[in-house]
Amino acid sequence: MDKLKKLSNWFEERIDLSGIRKFMDKKVVPVHKQHFWYGIGGITLFLFVTQIITGILLLLYYRPAADSAYESVQFIMTSVRFGWLIRSIHSWGANLMIFFLFVHMFSTFFMKAYRKPREMTWISGAFLLILALAFGFSGYLLPWNKLAFFATKVGTEMAAVVPGVGNHILMFLRGGEDVTGATLTRFFGFHVALLPITTFFILLIHLVLIQAQGMSVPPSLEKEYNKNPKTMKFFPDFILRDAVGWLAVLGLLGVLAALFPWGLGEKADPFASAPMGIKPEWYFVFLFQTLKYIPGRILGLNGEALGIFVIGLGILFWVFVPFFDHRAQKNLPSKTFTVIGIVLVLYILVMTTISYFFSS
Amino acid sequence: MKENSKSRRTFLLGGLLSSLTAFTAMMLYPVWRFIMPPKVPESTQNAVKAAKVNELEPNSGKVFPFGSKPAILIRLANGEYRAFSAVCTHLQCTVQYRKDFKLIWCACHNGRYDLNGNVVSGPPPSSLEPFEVAISGSDIIVSKRA
Repeated sequence: MDKLKKLSNWFEERIDLSGIRKFMDKKVVPVHKQHFWYGIGGITLFLFVTQIITGILLLLYYRPAADSAYESVQFIMTSVRFGWLIRSIHSWGANLMIFFLFVHMFSTFFMKAYRKPREMTWISGAFLLILALAFGFSGYLLPWNKLAFFATKVGTEMAAVVPGVGNHILMFLRGGEDVTGATLTRFFGFHVALLPITTFFILLIHLVLIQAQGMSVPPSLEKEYNKNPKTMKFFPDFILRDAVGWLAVLGLLGVLAALFPWGLGEKADPFASAPMGIKPEWYFVFLFQTLKYIPGRILGLNGEALGIFVIGLGILFWVFVPFFDHRAQKNLPSKTFTVIGIVLVLYILVMTTISYFFSS
Repeated sequence: MKENSKSRRTFLLGGLLSSLTAFTAMMLYPVWRFIMPPKVPESTQNAVKAAKVNELEPNSGKVFPFGSKPAILIRLANGEYRAFSAVCTHLQCTVQYRKDFKLIWCACHNGRYDLNGNVVSGPPPSSLEPFEVAISGSDIIVSKRA
C-alpha cells in the first residue's frame, strides 16, 4: 500500500491529476426502475476490447491473399495452440458485440435518451453501429470461404445501384469489377486499419459525451425521479456492478467458443454456384429477406434500386431520429416513436425468423 | 483606413482559403486515383471448352469459367445442350441448375429462370445472357453469340 502511495505521489508530483480525481469522485449514475439498461453499453465496449485483443493475436498468423487466407485460418484452427479458441472468441465476440449493440441502441431509443442535450451521443452511437456492421461485413470475408464470398458479392453489388457514384463505390470496395483476391486485401485493410482508427475517434467522442452529460433518465420516470433523486457513485459502485456483467459475458463467450467452435466452411471458388441455404450474418438477414420480396420491376423502375433507396432513407431517419421526435425534445411522451421502434423490432424479428425457418 | 484594412483582411482570407482548397485538392487527387483500381482489360475470350461430350448426365448442369466470369452448361432431359451466363442479373450471385425444378436457380435470393434463361419468378430484373453451344469432336464448345 505504501509503495502504491509512493507511485501515486510520483505521478502527482509530475502531473496534476486532481481534476480527474475530483471528476471521478463527483460522478454519479441515476438509480431508478430501468437503470439496469445503463450497463449494456459497457458490455458492448468490453466486447470491443476483446475483439481488439483477439484480432491482434489472429494477425500474427493470418495471411490476406486469395491463395493463402483460407489455409492460414485453417492453420490457426488446427495447428496453432489455442488457435481454435482465439478465432472462435473473435467470431463469437463479434456476434455478441453486435447483439449487445442492438440491445443498447433499442434500450436508449425506448428510453428516449436521444432527446436534448444528447442528440450527438445518439448520432455518434448510430455511426458506431454502422462501423460495427462494417467490421462484421469486412471480417466475414477474411477466411475466404464460399459463404463469405457470395455474401460479399451480393453486399457489394448493392452499392452499385446508387445513382451516379454506385459504380465508383463498387470499384472502391472490390478493388476491381469482381470479388477477387484484390477485394480480400482491401477488406483486410478496412478491417484492421481504416475501421479501427475511425471507430477509435467516434468512440472517443461517444464516451466523452456520455461522461460529460451523464446518464439520461427516461421521460416517463423523470418527474418521479426529480422528486426524490437517488444516485449511485460511478466509481467504484457502478463500475464494479458493470464488471460483474463483463465477467458474465466473458464466461458466455468462453462457453460458446469452447462448445461451438466457429466453423471454416469450404474454400471460396469464384466459379462455383452459390451454395444452397446461403445467408449473410444474422444481423443482415432481415434486409436480405426483404430483398427477396422486392420484385425486379416496380412501376417500371428497378425494384432492387428502389428497395435499397427506401432502406437507405430508413437508416437516415434512424440516425437523425432526435431531430424528428419533437415531443421527446420537449420532454413530452412520444408514443408515435415508441410505436415506430416496436414495429422495427418486430419487423427485424419476423423477417429473421422467416428467413431461418420458413424460407427456401 | 479601417474599411481598407478590413477589405485587405477579407482579400487575404479569401486567398488563404483558396490556396488551402487547392492544396487539399492537390493532396487528395493522387489518393483518390490510387484508391480506384486500374482498369484491367476484359477477357476477349469468345469461346471456351466447357465440358467433354457425355460428361454431363441428361437433366444436369455444370458451372465453368468463361473468361473471368462463370457460365453454366445445361444438358436437358432430351439430351440437348444449352449455355448461359451464370451471373444472376439480380445481385450477381452464381446460379445453378436445379434437377428437381428443371430450372436455373439462384440460391442467394431465390431467383428462378427457365431453360431459355428467362425470369420465371423472384427478384432478377432480366434474363440470363444466352450462349451458343457447339460440339467439336469430343468437346462441347460454348461461345458468345455474334
